[in-house]
Amino acid sequence: MISKLFKQDLNVVNIGLASFKESLDSARVQVVHMDWAPPIQVDGAALRFLRSRKSAIEAANKRVLARILAGRPSLIGLGKALDAVPGMKKNLILHAGPPITWERMCGPMKGAIVGALLYEGLAGTREEAERLADSGEIEYSPCHEHCSVGPMAGIVSASMPVFIVRNEEFGNHSYATLNEGLGKVLRYGAFGPEVIARLKWMEKVLYPTLKAAVERLGKVDLKSIIAQALHMGDEVHNRNRAATSLLYRALAPAVVRTCGDAETAAKVLEFIQGNDHFFLNLSMAASKAALDAGRGIENSSVAVVMARNGTDFGVQLAGTGGDWFTGPAAVPDALFFPGFSKKDANPDIGDSAITETGGLGGFAIAAAPAIVQFVGGRVADAFDYTRQMYEITAGENNVYQIPGLDFRGTPTGIDALKVVSTGILPFIDTGVAHKEPGVGQVGAGVLSAPAEPFRKAVEGLAARMSKGF
Amino acid sequence: MLRKGAIRKGEYFDSVTLMTVGRELSGMRGVLDAAVVMGTRENRAILENAGLMVPEFSSAGEADLMVAVKAVDEKAASSAVAAVDALLDAVKKRKSAASPSEARPRSLDAALKVLPGADLALISVAGRFAGQEARKALESGLHVMLFSDNVPLETEIELKRYARERGLLLMGPDCGTAIINGAPLGFANVVRRGDIGIVAAAGTGLQEVSSILSCEGAGVSQAIGTGGRDVKENVGGIMFLEGIKALAQDEGTKVLLLVSKPPAKSVLKAVLAKLKTIKKPVVAVFLGAEPELLKGTGIVAAQTLEEGALAAVLLSKEGKKGLASLKKVLAGRRKQELSAAKKAGSRLKKGRRYLRGLFSGGTFCAEAQVLFKGRLTPLYSNAPTAGGMALEDSLTSREHTVVDLGEDEFTVGRPHPMIDYSLRNRRILEESKDPAAAVLLLDVVLGYGSNMRPAQELVPVLREAAKRVAVVCSVTGTPQDPQGKLAVEAALRKAGAVVMPTNASACRLAADIVETLEAP
Repeated sequence: MISKLFKQDLNVVNIGLASFKESLDSARVQVVHMDWAPPIQVDGAALRFLRSRKSAIEAANKRVLARILAGRPSLIGLGKALDAVPGMKKNLILHAGPPITWERMCGPMKGAIVGALLYEGLAGTREEAERLADSGEIEYSPCHEHCSVGPMAGIVSASMPVFIVRNEEFGNHSYATLNEGLGKVLRYGAFGPEVIARLKWMEKVLYPTLKAAVERLGKVDLKSIIAQALHMGDEVHNRNRAATSLLYRALAPAVVRTCGDAETAAKVLEFIQGNDHFFLNLSMAASKAALDAGRGIENSSVAVVMARNGTDFGVQLAGTGGDWFTGPAAVPDALFFPGFSKKDANPDIGDSAITETGGLGGFAIAAAPAIVQFVGGRVADAFDYTRQMYEITAGENNVYQIPGLDFRGTPTGIDALKVVSTGILPFIDTGVAHKEPGVGQVGAGVLSAPAEPFRKAVEGLAARMSKGF
Repeated sequence: MLRKGAIRKGEYFDSVTLMTVGRELSGMRGVLDAAVVMGTRENRAILENAGLMVPEFSSAGEADLMVAVKAVDEKAASSAVAAVDALLDAVKKRKSAASPSEARPRSLDAALKVLPGADLALISVAGRFAGQEARKALESGLHVMLFSDNVPLETEIELKRYARERGLLLMGPDCGTAIINGAPLGFANVVRRGDIGIVAAAGTGLQEVSSILSCEGAGVSQAIGTGGRDVKENVGGIMFLEGIKALAQDEGTKVLLLVSKPPAKSVLKAVLAKLKTIKKPVVAVFLGAEPELLKGTGIVAAQTLEEGALAAVLLSKEGKKGLASLKKVLAGRRKQELSAAKKAGSRLKKGRRYLRGLFSGGTFCAEAQVLFKGRLTPLYSNAPTAGGMALEDSLTSREHTVVDLGEDEFTVGRPHPMIDYSLRNRRILEESKDPAAAVLLLDVVLGYGSNMRPAQELVPVLREAAKRVAVVCSVTGTPQDPQGKLAVEAALRKAGAVVMPTNASACRLAADIVETLEAP
């Protein structure tokens, strides 16, 4: 009843002109000013339909979030991609992001594929490799369609060793390659002799050593490592120093015990300790295993994948099956290595946004004050970004927490409907590759996901629901 | 001469901020014209018309910011574009430095967490987004004041029906002002609290009556704005009726004061039916309506905002019997006006014989036409009503002309004339130089949201104009307004203007002056 309003204190939400807030302030009226931005424009009929099914969507989202949070990812072993990864074949190359053809691939992805073909011995030179890649003999498929994730170009070929992660709660598995380190590396599109030699060493030395060590341990609880690392200044996407150290601590005794040769054991441990990002591929696989358990719950608008192939940015929702919703990937705002600038940068690339999808990375940036240079230089900026993300997630994490926010759970489970209605786009930490093949990494930074995939995802959800799935 | 454009991807600023930046740019050395606008279709058309379109803008989306500069040379253009970056970055920095993001929620859900007791949303975002925001607010159980204009009619109807179902107020769209529980919303004056409840489908009309009655020592319980379209056939007066109902139930309201242009027939019927059930005295100002319409209804029918406000004051102070003195009060004012007219008319040069009204408030422009009907002919306006005829070119007056400077043709891409005086100031000087112009009639609207330095900005122009024509104004506002009505009136008088207590009184005086000239 309207006349009831006249008996209570007026408390105003001001949406729009800031001067109206100032007027209310000076009249001593309680007012909060909303930092409004235009929402993403979604087809009106789709929006009305989704509004009419609000309770079904909310119930589905609750279920998806509960499953994501209940996940218990553990590293349970290592294997060769050909043997371990579902659907893997000798002439199949997995890549980051949504599906893409060779012609549309960006420079660094092409470079990484050239490197993979050289590594597999399927080609002897760059030219040969490029011909083969374009010949139709090689098939391409997104990592995500094989329960896998790959940072940057995300290239996985048959002989590459992979981590095997199991979601202990639901029994599903995920896979990721081993991290090569920074600089000139395959995942950034470099394919020189030193890159191939390193991959060979990883296959011949690193892989068997770690495989034996993990077998000895039985499993390594990744969820607990990530939770601890967040308390130690990582967001486990652009900063993995703490998580890598924790992993090292878990692995080292087993490596020493299982490796017959002391020098080999030392080399393997040195490799891990020399690469602050060694844990990244595991934080990605852990996120993937947790999110995959939320897949296939109809009516849900929660994202289970955000991934980029350097050309397109793709999103998948829990409630839209295997459909990809894509839009052009943007070039990140970054800090560049000396000699490089934004004009060298490739558009956003990699499956690593799976960490943000799972409530880590950019969503947990407030846990990582050491890397605030990427977000404007002030710790307050990092807190702002994380706080904003709470406005577009289905909930908060029960295990991953941010000390600086009084141990509040990280914002988890991106709700595409909230993204379009608030216009707040998911905030992603990322590395930056050179746009030409063969060069490698040129910087690291942050960016917001593009709006288009989320608009399409919401419209896709409406279409699917109205067909009566 | 060259044009230069830049896009800032995905950056959003409110229109007032952008217009302020645009104005600063236009004032830079070597800059001929500039605009800083969001990349909407409407804005592209504006840039196209202004000769500010550059090919780069073809890639700008609705959520991107377009910066357009026309300058004498490359250097001036580049430094202007750079200045935009600096200005906007400063705005952003101020914003983030002002408060932590907890206090700067970006969604309604987050805002409601910051202020859990929120009961009203004041929405002033661009019209095409406003409906969606209003819907969200209503769904969250908030009353809504929708300041935004350009909200589609169907959206308005849908929102109002939904609000009525849920027992919520939806004021607007295009509701410029309201006062709820004493809080000034949008453009509003600092008025006394009291027992007069107002429902108005005319924004400046509401400001005028609430200011007048406050200056007369009475006060406002609630002032509900409905937006002008509410009383039209297709909306059916949904909120006008809900407002009346709410005030009828409100213990703090003793007298109802209704303000509107004449409602549609069906709406008027519904309003009268509703009023029949109400025991509280009701005053209605349906500007331009035939007095017969309300005959026999027991409603006090007022011809002007002034009369309506004074009637409500008398009812509030003395009850029904107080109304007897209304005629006397108005007659007293009339006497003053006539003697002032003689004085002002005698100082004018021969050949000057026309009235030129330049209004920032739409209701005032309408009230002027109602009062001039049959007195000043021919009468032209860009917003014709009552006896006024359509003015072909809004920028060029002819014979007797009254212009509403708040109409779209003047406000697209620039602040409302109550905020930004530059356009009207230019026009004041122009009109005064027309050898046929005799009287310049102006409104000055004070209060929150309006220009904060009205006297300083008007005085130099009025002083100049008053050398040639008679300047007549009224100041809408109260001594408690941030600008201070008394100080503003004194400054305008000193500049040579005749300042009347109300718009109606100013209009009558203006017509009186013209009549002294036309008399043979």
